[in-house]
Amino acid sequence: MKQRLVVIGAGMASGRVLETLTDNAPDAFDITLFNAEPRGNYNRIMLSPVLSGEKTYDEIVTHDDAWYAERGVACRFGEKVAKIDREMKVVEGEKGHVPYDKLVIATGSNPFIIPLPGHDLDGVIAYRDLEDTQQMMGMGPDNKVVVIGGGLLGLEAAAGMAAHGVDVTVVHIMGHLMERQLDEAAGYLLKKSLEEKGIKICLQANSKEILGQDGKVRALLLEDGTELPCDLLVMAVGIRPNTTLAQEAGLATGRGIHVDDQMLTSDPDVYAVGECVEHDGAVFGLVAPLYDQAKVAAQALMEQDAAFVQKTLSTKLKVTGCDLFSAGDFADGPGREDIVFRDPSRGVYKRLVIEEDRLVGAVMYGDTADGSWFFGLIKDGTNIDEMRETLIFGPAYQGGDTADPLSAVAALPPEAEICGCNGVCKGEIVAAITAGAGDLGAVRASTKASASCGTCTGLVEQLLQVTLGDEFQMPAAQPVCGCTDLTHEDVRRLIKGQELKSQAAVWQELGWTTPNGCHICRPAINYYLLADWPLEYQDDPQSRFVNERKHANIQKDGTFSVVPRIWGGITTPDELRAIADAADKYDVPTVKVTGGQRIDLLGVKGEDLPAIWSDLNDAGLVSGHAYSKGLRTVKTCVGTDHCRFGTQDSTGLGIKLEKTLWGSWTPHKLKLAVSGCPRNCAEATCKDIGVVCVDSGYQISIGGAAGMDVKETELLCQVPTEDEAIEVVMAVTQAYREGGKYLDRLYKWLGKVGMDWVKAQVVEDLDNRAALVARFELSQSIYRKDPWAEHVRDKAKTYAPIADFTLEAAE
Amino acid sequence: MSWIDIGSLDDVPLRGARLVKTHIGCIAVFRTAEAEVFAATNSCPHKGGPLSEGIVHGQSVTCPLHNWVFDLNTGQAQVADEGRIDTYPVRVEDGRILLDDSAVTRRSAA
Ligand code: SRM
Ligand SMILES: Cc1cc2nc3c(=O)[nH]c(=O)nc-3n(C[C@H](O)[C@H](O)[C@H](O)COP(=O)(O)OP(=O)(O)OC[C@H]3O[C@@H](n4cnc5c(N)ncnc54)[C@H](O)[C@@H]3O)c2cc1C
Ligand code: SF4
Ligand code: FES
Repeated sequence: MKQRLVVIGAGMASGRVLETLTDNAPDAFDITLFNAEPRGNYNRIMLSPVLSGEKTYDEIVTHDDAWYAERGVACRFGEKVAKIDREMKVVEGEKGHVPYDKLVIATGSNPFIIPLPGHDLDGVIAYRDLEDTQQMMGMGPDNKVVVIGGGLLGLEAAAGMAAHGVDVTVVHIMGHLMERQLDEAAGYLLKKSLEEKGIKICLQANSKEILGQDGKVRALLLEDGTELPCDLLVMAVGIRPNTTLAQEAGLATGRGIHVDDQMLTSDPDVYAVGECVEHDGAVFGLVAPLYDQAKVAAQALMEQDAAFVQKTLSTKLKVTGCDLFSAGDFADGPGREDIVFRDPSRGVYKRLVIEEDRLVGAVMYGDTADGSWFFGLIKDGTNIDEMRETLIFGPAYQGGDTADPLSAVAALPPEAEICGCNGVCKGEIVAAITAGAGDLGAVRASTKASASCGTCTGLVEQLLQVTLGDEFQMPAAQPVCGCTDLTHEDVRRLIKGQELKSQAAVWQELGWTTPNGCHICRPAINYYLLADWPLEYQDDPQSRFVNERKHANIQKDGTFSVVPRIWGGITTPDELRAIADAADKYDVPTVKVTGGQRIDLLGVKGEDLPAIWSDLNDAGLVSGHAYSKGLRTVKTCVGTDHCRFGTQDSTGLGIKLEKTLWGSWTPHKLKLAVSGCPRNCAEATCKDIGVVCVDSGYQISIGGAAGMDVKETELLCQVPTEDEAIEVVMAVTQAYREGGKYLDRLYKWLGKVGMDWVKAQVVEDLDNRAALVARFELSQSIYRKDPWAEHVRDKAKTYAPIADFTLEAAE
Repeated sequence: MSWIDIGSLDDVPLRGARLVKTHIGCIAVFRTAEAEVFAATNSCPHKGGPLSEGIVHGQSVTCPLHNWVFDLNTGQAQVADEGRIDTYPVRVEDGRILLDDSAVTRRSAA
């Protein structure tokens, strides 16, 4: 006798169940198929090409009416199942009951709607079905749309609408797009491609409220107060398995409907497949595993042996022109190693993750041709030890005899392009070398290769080596660190020249070999970016040494020191009392007068920092930046106020200078002093910048130091007025900020550029001086403020442990 | 193994760390990527530097006191430096950080 099979949900998973079943056992079941959507099975993943206009709905229907008729499937489309009665073995549809012997639940998932105020306004939709797609297709060039969610779905929605000229903004809460599938570098490239399509992208953006007018969506309001006007708001922030029916029927559910390896639920007559299930702790959101599940369920229904096994998955984004591929696993695990390849001129990024000689993950952007080959290696668990050196170049480079990186260059055909900027191919470079160009400079001069952005320098050098053999000595220019072959000077030049405004941009465009730098390059790059793009770049605390991240000097026992600013060395009894009170209150073990004319509270516990700062702030005291590669102190002497030799108000000028410069970041620390006369009691001539007052004005000298090297300053100029002295100091500081190598004190920078150059820039060329001052002021509009107050206000909780188990009573 | 919820993933800055205090010492929880965390002892085997204050890069951390670099997978110090830190199982689920309770309740044998 034929058994009665009822299937709930006509989606991608159940579609495959029905195909398998009716192909192999056409007479085994009487089948009834319910679907809440008023239609049968279509290829849901192709909704994106329908949206963008690359396909029509008819082209993505997988099972039409004729198909169901032919296979004898009774269709109840547009009818939602309200209840499953497992005792009676009956499914209750909206238009009547259907009894079953076997039941398959394939209800898929529901899009998650963030319960923001206004989420129920008209014009707030998800992206899941044809109706959603049609609403989006109703938008045109006169409309604005906001998409919340920078994952696969959100971006396909955004790109689809942008293809019709719609003004689309994507709002994403994370630091980069598709963070589940991509790392930062690939996310950066993706963002760049989408922006080129006219899509606006807001990262790290928190949505606060959906604003409406007459019951219809009007704008999205972000946490930071930005309002993004929109006619339609698409929420694509994730899915939740649709378990309601199963749960109400008393089946075992967790995040999804619990199933075993045969896709059987806790009821021996009820199977479940697709996004609604949870198998071995996992839930699903891509079709590949659902198809496997469907096959297994069909086989189980036919009483054949089969078991569902979870496999590694790969993802692609269906947006034309955004070629990305991601597969496998980037999560933690012992002993992992990365191989990174970047070709900035082509916008290519590839990263492989290796664990114990096996490839476990791959991310690619720009050139994904080898994606399936890598995916195969991941799935098969192939031992890649033999091809490790050349693995990243793909299958074309495998099977050769040597695994030497130079051989990859040697193997390139003569027409392979080496220098993308100037279109120079390998053949031309080799010809130039054989004609006598024996070093990088000569190759640059004769072919222009590596003469523009410079990122192919390494390749050109390898060609020199391959062509000349031992005759060629690889140059010994010191790269920033092991993550790159570029020098600090190269990096600074390229950040400006290529307008690189984020760390991810630097890593990608300059071909970093590690995913996100190291403790050596990150602080340097962070400094260069904020010095060159003060408004566009946001300082990254995670790229700073602990002292600068926590605005206090770490001590050898892990406590910190707190040094409030004492402007120009002048303090008051009230300030001193506040310092004394703080020392008492926070049990400060050592209070010391520093060599920089202020007071150091040493041995403060990290957790107490926000509290002690808050107390000091209340007395008007701010951070002294005793920890920073930035302005430290401006030492002064008593000057005309008290001293019988004083020629000018050295204390007053020192305070003015300190108030002008404080908070600024510099390549290394910056110390100043102002002495009231040439007796020089403030030791101005061994500071980075020193001012010595004389009767006729102010002598400004630079490049002193009294640390590991002791240097006397050299005279830069003498100016008649205090205002001009301040201007010159600002201009020199800015020139040093713009040109100095990270961790070079001012005297080292001076040694490289020369005093004549500095004089030309800030003394002789007055327009240039003014421009330097203006750029310094622009940067100070961001950085001239007290970081302590800011941390007390916004970050205090990060100074405490995330969890404290010592507070729990021990048993 | 049993997992303890110690807080939200958002509470640990990307490429940063936070501290977990226990009766048997402090544990640093590092966030190396959007949804990737590691847990290890907070104390550097060199001179006890607080590793949670170090710069986090790739799947490594650099000690803030004298720049020893530790691989957070294995706890092994890099090349030139010898030493190892204890690492503990930790994972992320639905935006929460779950730490294996052995990290919190382990009893030292000695
Ligand atoms: C507190 C203080 C010593 C004191 O008790 O007086 C001090 C303390 C430190 N100095 Fe200094 N220096 C202090 C004045 C000086 C001076 C004298 C001065 O500024 O008049 C010098 C020589 C002048 C100079 O810089 O040219 C000085 C030359 C150094 C150097 C060597 C710099 C160089 O380029 O050669 C370092 C190492 C470094 O910065 O890389 C250093 C580094 C340090 C550090 C930050 C070491 C560290 O990284 O932990 C010390 C931090 C202690 C703490 O936790 O607070 N300190 N240090 C002085 C703080 C002044 C202030 O109020 O901000
Ligand atoms: C726009 C878009 C693009 C995508 N792109 C990709 C991609 O590129 N690659 C990829 O692998 N995956 C992609 N996916 C995901 C993929 O489409 C899903 O994983 C897949 O469709 C899930 O199949 P399913 O059968 O579990 O659920 P569904 O296909 O959602 O089917 C479930 C059906 O059950 C019906 N239903 C629910 N409750 C009831 C009820 N009570 N009574 C009756 N019927 C009910 C629903 O109406 C629905 O039609 C994409 C998804 C979308 C929305
Ligand atoms: S001289 Fe050396 S020991 Fe003394 S504070 Fe400066 S850095 Fe520390
Ligand atoms: S204490 Fe960690 S490196 Fe010295």
